[in-house]
Formats: sequence, C-alpha cells, structure tokens
Amino acid sequence: MSVAIDVSHLTRRFGSFAAVDDVSFDVKAGEIFGFLGSNGAGKSTTIRMLCGLLKPTSGTATVGGVDVTSDPEGVKRRIGYMSQRFSLYELLTVDQNIRFFGGIYGLDDAALARRRAFVIEMAGLQGRERTLARDLAGGWRQRLALGCAILHEPAILFLDEPTGGVDPLSRRQFWRLIDELSHSGVTVLVTTHYLDEAERCHRVALIDAGRLAAIGTTAEVKRIFADRPILEVRAANPVEAMRQLDALPEVESTSLFGTAVHAVLRTPSSTPAGIRVALEHAGIAVQSITPVAPSLEDVFLDVIDRARARGGSAA
Amino acid sequence: MIGRKALAVYRKELRQIARDRRTLLILVFVPAFFLLLYGYALNWDIRHIALAVEDRDGTGDSRALVAAFVNSGYFDRVADVQSPADIDRLLNLNTARAALVIPENFGRDLVNGLRPQVQVIINGDNANTATTVMGYAASIVQSAGAALFEGQLREPPVSIEPRIWYNPELRSTLFLVPGLIAYILMITAVISTAISIVREKESGTIEQVRMAPIDTFSFMVGKSIPYFLISLTSAALIVFAAMLLFGLPMRGNWISLLVAVSLFIAGALGQGLLISTAAETQQVAFQAAMLSSFLPTLMLSGFIFPISSMPTALQLVTYVVPARYFLVALRGIVLKGVPIAVLAPQLAALTVYALAMLALASVRLARERG
Repeated sequence: MSVAIDVSHLTRRFGSFAAVDDVSFDVKAGEIFGFLGSNGAGKSTTIRMLCGLLKPTSGTATVGGVDVTSDPEGVKRRIGYMSQRFSLYELLTVDQNIRFFGGIYGLDDAALARRRAFVIEMAGLQGRERTLARDLAGGWRQRLALGCAILHEPAILFLDEPTGGVDPLSRRQFWRLIDELSHSGVTVLVTTHYLDEAERCHRVALIDAGRLAAIGTTAEVKRIFADRPILEVRAANPVEAMRQLDALPEVESTSLFGTAVHAVLRTPSSTPAGIRVALEHAGIAVQSITPVAPSLEDVFLDVIDRARARGGSAA
Repeated sequence: MIGRKALAVYRKELRQIARDRRTLLILVFVPAFFLLLYGYALNWDIRHIALAVEDRDGTGDSRALVAAFVNSGYFDRVADVQSPADIDRLLNLNTARAALVIPENFGRDLVNGLRPQVQVIINGDNANTATTVMGYAASIVQSAGAALFEGQLREPPVSIEPRIWYNPELRSTLFLVPGLIAYILMITAVISTAISIVREKESGTIEQVRMAPIDTFSFMVGKSIPYFLISLTSAALIVFAAMLLFGLPMRGNWISLLVAVSLFIAGALGQGLLISTAAETQQVAFQAAMLSSFLPTLMLSGFIFPISSMPTALQLVTYVVPARYFLVALRGIVLKGVPIAVLAPQLAALTVYALAMLALASVRLARERG
C-alpha cells in the first residue's frame, strides 16, 4: 500500500509555545486514520499544516506526494476538507452551495453536473436542491458539507471533528459514507472526540500537548494493557471506592466511567477477589467487580497520564 | 481558470446579497435616506429671519427701507418696537434674530444728501448665521439706499459688481450635494465590503474557501465586483435624486463622472477589504469602517469645512483623505463642467488611493491564507 500522508518531525510553534511538537506518522492510501486528543492538544494545528494553511516551523509533511511547505496550493488541489462547523453558506440553497464549491475548485460544467448528481444522491438530498442550507436538519447539512468537500474527487480527505452536534443516527449514516469512501480508495484523516468513532478507524494516533502519545490499530494501542488488567468496580459510593482503590498497592490508576470505576492493576496476578476483600475491609459496599477489556477511553486516559508523568508537569 | 473561480465567488456573493435583506437595505435605502436627510437638513441658506423694526422716522423713505427688507424674502417683520429696551427683550427671547433701527430725520437727511446711517442689530450667537445675515442686510441697505438716492447723488467713479459663477445664487445645497455623494458612497462601500468578508470569518465559511485552491486575486475580484456594481448603481441613484430634488446641474461629461466615481469606489472597496483582514467580528469591522470612512470624509474632505481655513497641520492630513480629491473632481465635473484633463491631479490621487488600498488588502489577504 502506498503512503498518502507522510509526516516527519513536524513542529509548529506559536512564540515559545509548541502547539505541535516533533510529530511523525504516516497514513496509507485508503486508510481511515483517526486523530485523537483533547481540545488544544494540537489536532487542528496539525491538520491546518497538512492542508497547506499553516507553515510548519520545522519538519516536513507530504500529502499525496506533495510537500505542504513548498507547494501548499498543490496540496489544496488534492485534498478535501470538512470542518466541525459544516461551513456551508446558510443563505444559499443546496444547489447553489454545490455550484459555488465546484466553482472554486475549478470544475468545468460537465464535471460539475456529474459530481452534483453524485453528491445529491450520496447526501440523500433529492428534492431538496432548492432548500436553503440553513433550513436543512443537522444530518443533511453535514452530508452536504461532506459532499461539497469531495466535489473535486480528492484522493485524501481531512475531516476535523465532522460529527459534532449531530444526532447518533446521522453519525452512523455519516460513518457509513466514510467507509464507502475508504473502500473506493480515498484516504481519510479524521479527528474526533467520540471514542466510539475512533473504534471505526483502521488506525489511530493519540496526540497530547502537541506530542504523539500512541499510534497503531485500536487493538495495538490497547495492547498497552496486555499485562495490566482493568477491573470495573461498581459500588454505592463510586468516589469513595475510587479513593480506597487508589490507596491499594496493586492498583496503578483509577478513573471514573459513568457510575463505575475503572482500576488499572499493576500486575496480571492481582485478582478481583483480592481487591474486593480489600475494599470491603475498608467499608466499601461493592456491588460488582469484574475484569473488562480496555476501551479506547482507557487507552486515552492512560497514555495521557503516562505522558504527563514523563513530562513532569500537567500541561 | 482564474475567471471561472472568480465567477463562482461573484455569483455566490450576488445571491447572498439578494437574500440578505439587511445588506440590501444598507446598500440601497440608506444612501437614499442619507441624501434626503442631509440634503434638506444641511442647508445654510438663511430665510425668514425674524426682524424687529424700530422706525423712529416714520416717513415714506423709512417705510420704503423696511419694505425692502421684508420684500427681500430674507426677513420677516415680527415686531415694531419703540425703544432699545424692547429690542433687547425681543433678542433675548429669540422672538427676533435681528433688529433694524431707523433714526429720526432719516428721510430728511436723505433728501438733504446727508448720508443717514441705519443700525442693524444681529444676534451673534451663531457666528455663521450672523455673518450671512449681515451680508443680506448690507446688500439690502445698499441697494435700497441707492434707489432712494436716485438722482440725488453722483454715481461713485468705481463700483464693484460681483458675479458668482457656477452657483450664482450661492445655494449651499449645490455646494453640499457633491460632498454628500462622496460621503454616502464612501460609507456604504467601505462598510458593505468590510462586513461581507468578516461575516464569512464569523460563520467559518472563509476557512472552507481557504482550503480550496483558489488564489487571492480571484477571491478578491469575485468578492468585490458585486459591491462595485451595487455602489455604482447607488451612486447613479444618488446623482439622479440630487438632480431631481435639489436641482443639481450636470455641466460636465458623464464619462468623466463615471471614471471619477469608479476610481473612488474602487479605493473604498479596497479600504473595506483591508479592514476585513484585520477585524475578526462584524461589530469591530463596522466600527473601523465607520471611523475610517465617516469622520475623515465629513470633517477633512472639504465637504462641510473649507480646507483652506483649517490649521496647517490638519491641512496636511487632508492630503491623505481620498474624498478630498473626489470632491474637487466631482464639483468640477458636475458644477463647472471642466474637462477631464484639468482634473488629472485629482484622478491620479484617486488612482493611487485605489491601487494602494487594493494592494495592501491583497497582501494581507494572501498572508492570512499562507
């Protein structure tokens, strides 16, 4: 498989602050690559550099074989971009939005007609061609925005938190479209807050405080828990349970998952039964205590914890 | 390809404007409203000045002088008084703005060729008005006096007969309307362009456009041509309205007018674009646009306050106010009908203004994109 995006030691500073700090990774053609991280972690700055909007302070990146620093316009011709805000023109109709974006991507009349039909079909907007964009419901707006971003048939698609503020059904439909695009060979780099969406990516990269904290398939990144079982503890008072768990020597870290507590154990040899006894000894009414498979959220929290422990300070 | 992309931006902008009532309102109705408001309110011609008369003579000659005042149309005789104290009272109450005092023996002295003196008292709380009233009074006394003297005095050997060209009645409207056109055009063109781009920043659409392979030039051209055409239409409307409502003449060449107006609008659009590259919110853009267009055009262009009577430092500042040049050109073309060659310096200055603004705006836009 050929490499669609190749990032090497990419760094961007704003003054003394490194928004993106020595990040390297590559994305293969046709891959759905998830880019995860909290707000301000450097996701958007990275995407802006990859799209040719922002010059890297140092390091290199090629997108579709084109260097983002030396030929940002060449990059723009090869990529599609859709942001969290579905930047459509509210006062234009569906059709007029499509024509406008087709126009600024330089599509000729024949190509525009063909792609327009494709986008209307893909977004399920038949019969709504003359509806103003502002009158469309969230899911349709989102699919129209996606359609406008791929009018010029880009080989690489950047999606910056594309599903923010959209209902779950629309999110599922949207991800079905992403899968289809990926099957047809389009490379997709997507940032998201939703870890269930990250599970649908072929590979994910976790970025924290501008640095790449983990990268791999979801199974790969979860392997960091291979010799550290995770217990899900349910108790009447989860916060107190968490405090007591933290006090146990065999527990490495704890975090709250809804009303349950996830406890990461230091060794595989620690057993739920032993922990239960210790907790009950401390006066915690334990309702259940079961080993669970690590979720991406566990990975995310763990990776960030470790990165910050290494960095010496919480940024 | 550049043409195609610019065309897409141009079409999109026109459609947006057509759907955006607020912008349309600003572009079409506000200029017309301004013209009416300022055209009728900004009028220095003074009529119907309340006049108190103290005629101590009471002869046919003194009555003829009073009649001359009233018949001039400038003065309304509001009171006849008997004493200086009454005049004092009426002026204080603002019942009268001026008073005419004709001394005893006015008629007799006149007959005897003694050059009698009449007194005109003017409320000087508004210096401009007072000066104008004084001018009216002096000319009435002079001409009435001459009529009364007739045959009794030799003509003076030399006399001045002033003749005022282009605006013989010295109607301030004729002087003000070209300034008004500049003022209105400047404000609407600068504000509308500045806001149109900042609005795209606020909605996030500009980010989407930046991601597309469209060059700054195509974007700017596509974005500003609709506003250029609208401003031009607006200018035509104002000029025709001024002709109809205020009797503005058109003594010059329409093509010259089009050239001057186009250059001025191009500069104003550039200024609006420039503001839009710095402002992040519509509110900031609006204020910056108002401050940079409204104040200089109103105060420093010669629209209302003559540049020649400003302090030297301010006079120097006026050289960078584009409306200053536009006004000279506009008054020259419309009121005087001067050929375009005479206005070369002004048109050159406007060209520099337009090029500088558009260049600065495109440099800043390009930098924002890179």
